[in-house]
Amino acid sequence: MKGKGIDDGKGMGGIKFLAAACLIYLAAGLANPGTAIEGLGIFWGIIISIIPAMVLVFGMMFLVNMFISPGKVARYMGEGSGLKGWLIAVGGGIISTGPVYLWYRILADMRKQGMKDSLIAAFIYSRAVKVPLLPLMVYYFGWLFTAVLTFYMVAFSIINGFIVGLIGGARHENSC
Amino acid sequence: MKAGKGRECSGKGRLGLGDRLGEALRKTVRGFGQMVPIMVGVILLVSLAAAALPEEFYSSLFTGNVLVDSLAGAVLGSIAAGNPVTSYLIGGELLARGISLVAITAFILAWVTVGVVTFPAESMIIGRRFAISRNVVSFFLSIAAAILVVFTLGVLG
Repeated sequence: MKGKGIDDGKGMGGIKFLAAACLIYLAAGLANPGTAIEGLGIFWGIIISIIPAMVLVFGMMFLVNMFISPGKVARYMGEGSGLKGWLIAVGGGIISTGPVYLWYRILADMRKQGMKDSLIAAFIYSRAVKVPLLPLMVYYFGWLFTAVLTFYMVAFSIINGFIVGLIGGARHENSC
Repeated sequence: MKAGKGRECSGKGRLGLGDRLGEALRKTVRGFGQMVPIMVGVILLVSLAAAALPEEFYSSLFTGNVLVDSLAGAVLGSIAAGNPVTSYLIGGELLARGISLVAITAFILAWVTVGVVTFPAESMIIGRRFAISRNVVSFFLSIAAAILVVFTLGVLG
């Protein structure tokens, strides 16, 4: 599957998106100042809370750029990576932390180095399993529900990846 | 992958450690710099949605019909955004108010697997076709998985 990433342009896509988000926020603020002010409080709270995760992401991006070569990615999570690739993708998604959008850049880099779309989709889906939050889920819904839901989330991450891979069709040979 | 092709792609072929460090750092800073505006935009929209939609809003959308409720749960979970813990809290409250488990399960699943608010970021960074197919597939799978979860719980007693 080919997809035009932000790198394909002049790197202005993010700025345009931020400008659009600011305009939407401004319009909402004019319509309902109270909601906008409350939203700003939430905004700063999120920003402060994700700073440690951002540092971690920067470090991981650096490590990916430093040590992961296209050959390694292709071998473990590319065409013909087999069961090991799926296990790495699903396991990586489960243990990954922070908001999903923090991972987009890393996954995009991995994709350029040969990671299959199906494994990227499986990685993102398997992030639904939040190990640190399992006690809370047990508290609200019981251990049986938690166990069954967790099992299906893992199983459906593979199904999701498989279907996304099928929809994408044959992946381009080299995205560098 | 042959060495020549790898060097062409990554530029790591015969570079020294210092050059590799510098190149990796430069690529990381560039990629990170492109990601930050998108993240800030997403967080702005997430914050606005969180402030504009009170928790009471969610409970008003479920009717009691299993099919409609699971669909409504998936739709709601798709457009809602935020920490997954919020979906658990809302789901727990909805369950206490008698909302069907299949609706709540679809809601929780869609919350964590489908991202309408984060779609622009996913689309711009990873790719539009990928983002569309992944989110559409995840949406329908959240309904299917919710039904299977409730069915399995029924079988297990």
